[in-house]
Amino acid sequence: MAQPKNGVTAQDVKKIAKLSRLHVEDDRLEPIADDLNGILAWIEQLGEVDVEGVEPMTSAVDMAAPMRSDNVSDGGKREAVLQNAPKSDDGFFVVPRSVE
Amino acid sequence: MFIAPRIADKKDWITTETGDWEIIIGLEVHAQVASESKLFSGSATDYGSAPNTQVSLVDAGMPGMLPVVNEFCIEQAVKTGFGLNAKINLFSRFDRKNYFYVDLPQGYQISQFEHPIVGEGEIEILPIDGDGNVGEPVNVGIERLHLEQDAGKSVHDLSPDETYVDLNRCGVALMEIVSKPDMRSPEEASAYVEKLRGIVRALGTCDGDMEKGNLRADVNVSVRRPGGELGTRCEIKNVNSMRFIRQAINYEARRHIDILEAGGEIDQETRLFDSVKGETRTMRSKEDAHDYRYFPDPDLLPIKLEQAFVDRIKSELPEMPDVRKARFMSDYGLPEYDARILTADKVKADFYETVISSGVGGRDPKIASNWTMVELFGALNKAGVELEDSPVSADALGGLIDRILDDTISGKIAKGVFEKMFAGEGTADEIIDRDGLKQVTDMGAIEAMVDDAIANNAAQAEKAKENPKLLGFFVGQVMKASQGKANPKAVNEILRKKLGL
Amino acid sequence: MSDLTKLTLSDALDGMAKGDFSSEELTKAHIDACMDGADLNAFITTTFEDAMESAKASDARRKAGTAGKLEGAPLGVKDLFCTEGVKTTAGSKILGEFTPTYESSVTANMKADGMVMLGKLNLDEFAMGSSNETSFYGPVINPWRKGENLVPGGSSGGSASAVAADLCLGATATDTGGSIRQPASFTGTVGIKPTYGRCSRWGTVAFASSLDQAGPIAKTVKDSAILLESMAGYDPKDSTSINAEVPNWAASCGQSVKGLRIGIPKEYTIDGMPAEIQTLWDEGIEMMKAAGAEIVPISLPHTKFALPAYYVVAPAEASSNLARYDGMRYGLRVDGKDLNDTYERTRTEGFGDEVRRRIMIGTYVLSAGYYDAYYLRAQKVRTRIVEDFENAWQTCDAILTPTAPSAAFAVGRKVNDPVQMYLNDIFTVTTNLAGLPGISVPAGLDKNGLPLGLQIIGRAMDEATVFKAASALEDAAGFTAKPETWWV
Repeated sequence: MAQPKNGVTAQDVKKIAKLSRLHVEDDRLEPIADDLNGILAWIEQLGEVDVEGVEPMTSAVDMAAPMRSDNVSDGGKREAVLQNAPKSDDGFFVVPRSVE
Repeated sequence: MFIAPRIADKKDWITTETGDWEIIIGLEVHAQVASESKLFSGSATDYGSAPNTQVSLVDAGMPGMLPVVNEFCIEQAVKTGFGLNAKINLFSRFDRKNYFYVDLPQGYQISQFEHPIVGEGEIEILPIDGDGNVGEPVNVGIERLHLEQDAGKSVHDLSPDETYVDLNRCGVALMEIVSKPDMRSPEEASAYVEKLRGIVRALGTCDGDMEKGNLRADVNVSVRRPGGELGTRCEIKNVNSMRFIRQAINYEARRHIDILEAGGEIDQETRLFDSVKGETRTMRSKEDAHDYRYFPDPDLLPIKLEQAFVDRIKSELPEMPDVRKARFMSDYGLPEYDARILTADKVKADFYETVISSGVGGRDPKIASNWTMVELFGALNKAGVELEDSPVSADALGGLIDRILDDTISGKIAKGVFEKMFAGEGTADEIIDRDGLKQVTDMGAIEAMVDDAIANNAAQAEKAKENPKLLGFFVGQVMKASQGKANPKAVNEILRKKLGL
Repeated sequence: MSDLTKLTLSDALDGMAKGDFSSEELTKAHIDACMDGADLNAFITTTFEDAMESAKASDARRKAGTAGKLEGAPLGVKDLFCTEGVKTTAGSKILGEFTPTYESSVTANMKADGMVMLGKLNLDEFAMGSSNETSFYGPVINPWRKGENLVPGGSSGGSASAVAADLCLGATATDTGGSIRQPASFTGTVGIKPTYGRCSRWGTVAFASSLDQAGPIAKTVKDSAILLESMAGYDPKDSTSINAEVPNWAASCGQSVKGLRIGIPKEYTIDGMPAEIQTLWDEGIEMMKAAGAEIVPISLPHTKFALPAYYVVAPAEASSNLARYDGMRYGLRVDGKDLNDTYERTRTEGFGDEVRRRIMIGTYVLSAGYYDAYYLRAQKVRTRIVEDFENAWQTCDAILTPTAPSAAFAVGRKVNDPVQMYLNDIFTVTTNLAGLPGISVPAGLDKNGLPLGLQIIGRAMDEATVFKAASALEDAAGFTAKPETWWV
């Protein structure tokens, strides 16, 4: 399989998985690194393009952000907000404890 | 790398057995924009509402929901930028800051990273020490101001093993004002926050209420040998009072010095301030530091401000605290101290100017300043009441001052009247009428009282003719006889005449 | 009455207008077809009872003289559009039983126009795929079966398969890199991705925000125009929505292409492309020429970099867009020993392999130290691709290309080779990067009798020309083949 110049290592996969809140078993780190490197090697063709002085494109529409006026026009729909919650109580979302 | 050329005043150095240290401080202040609705949704921003009642589907991060920018918030950021004497960026952009947390429904915070709406600026602060001594003015550089979303609130005490999440605050607009590391003492840091608070309140861009958390500070602290190489800094998150800011800095600086003197190294980390124990503790270390993966939010387009929009905001700016202070000194002849106290906060300054100018107007500025600062602020402070809720309005206080200036009552009687006004018993005139406090200005009546006093104290009167210092005794007698209501000036004049002084 | 399902949308609307049949009859015929076609696995959720109710209400509206543009038409909705009160899955396990309390702007427009919704159509998980094999709800089968089960393409495989098999008169779809056009090509249907910003993204589950765009899959070019007219429109709730009137695109269909300059990009001839794709393309060029168009050779020099750029930009945006699926406020929650464990279990069990793969790539290309080399560079390449098109528009009015580099392939054939799978979008992805409209029109059959499509690309906001050229191509190609109804 093609190797990108800056290939990801098993350690990188671990870090990326952690950042993404995905669990990867230790014995899967290498295979996933190989898998990602196959894709990254292909992506590295981008290095051939002359991008000197080229502005990055962040949107397919060339406009300024439209803005809304400062009116209270939403909210007040707690039922709707909580309706799909795995757990809620007394108007709150209930989630696993976020502090030790 | 931050460059921090200024060396602290020697009085701010921390001297230990190994020598002198100075503290390097930079602040990131989060000021909640005083908007009705959120930065990217139409939900309300009221404080203290029932949980999740001010949450839209956008705020809750529901699938397919999209942000739309609140123009008012953009305007407030620009206004604040002017207040910080800073560069307004006509082009700015919103980026996503990616991290997971239970009070961050989208899994990212929309913030401004590469292109903030406001660039570099500078403000002047006046540090004041614990004894009220005013130090030399210090210029503090502003690195930037950017807009971002606030997070929701996690409640940990409703269940032992779960967290309750309220998203009411989620998405409320914040201005993050980042200073340069230009402060060198806890007093400078709190003076800086006080100054920022004064600026945003003068502009009306933020309520500045630290108790409600709509102004809060992250404090970056490091220490170094005076003028030496910069040390490693720690960031103390979410410190929410002036006193805590000073405490946290003092504690943190001492902690750094202790570690360094013991031959240790400072870990760059994020810390929390425990206001009960008065100490800071580790929140997360550098190893756990997030990789936020900022990138331009593809749901939003760049903010491109028209110069005319910016110019209009500039032309509509209210008077800033520094300018107002200078005007109070030059136009009203107030001493620096009075002018500074009165203009540090817009509400105070407005109140004072109403006292001078309401009703008939033209009241003596110095007398008005004394009554406002000493009597009213003193009474409010004692009662723990905010000026906004003062039982004595500026108009009413002006009415009381009028009665002093037109000799209806003496200053001494006025203090009693004020107390009754403060207790809600009515206006100055009502109380003066009701209690019959009007000064006696009838010359005939005063003369009769003077004659009585001289007649009853003939021996003293003889002595007084030789020794004018005894005049006060007779003034006292007459005032006593009039129950304090005789006009002191008239009493004096008549006594002098009768005693041939 | 089962032949009602053979009608085009346009004819069905006319038939109801004339009183030949009611929406109730039309809807019933399609519900029967859907039930017969269950093996195609085109639907994740069916809403037949609601559909019959809607049809009755629609007939009443028609009687009352208030018929809308799509009045009474039984249609399918890709399960990426949030539908109020109807479970919305995005083809993923992670959304669990998520039932929106809101309606996407696109489907709200269509409902306001009288649509009868038959149900929610299957798709690749979060629209990430080119074969519909990444759906948690199983692969969709292409009605064009030759001995073995073929994929319908993706990600709008359910939409394409349902329209090709006459289960509905048309369907909504979305296209981030080719997800409307490639499945249309694989199933002998028409699919258009309009200009970015034409259709509101509000209420549609996001994959890659700067590329996602909704559009229809339909039986004919005119049907696709009718559907798009209903779906499109300015929406102040979407900051990237374009504030422009929606033209009468159906009226563009059938207009003469005389003098229209059709660009033929030389870079779309790629290594390893089957000869019959090239042949079909050549035939398309001849058809356009015969219809009076002027053929202009053009160059889009950065074409080969479009797909790699896409596979940086799309996963990057997706890694962030999919962070909200964390088990806290809706959808699946898999309890773990603590908060972090719950996050990880939920997301690891909730997302399929391809989605996890793209989240990881996206996370990587945005992470400290790699942002400039990957993400920023890809965005600059994107600018280059836009410049390519800008140059091309100097000499042509529309561009003709193949839609996909192959016909439909067998289920399971490419699942283990991501890059091979990604290459399916090689001809379609450029328009997503540049935000341009592109349509796929069925133009012929390959040697195995499988449909192949050709693509017309137009200038931004110039769908009118795209429809005009596509309809000329459709007329010239005279594609009338239908799959055998083996699934009944």
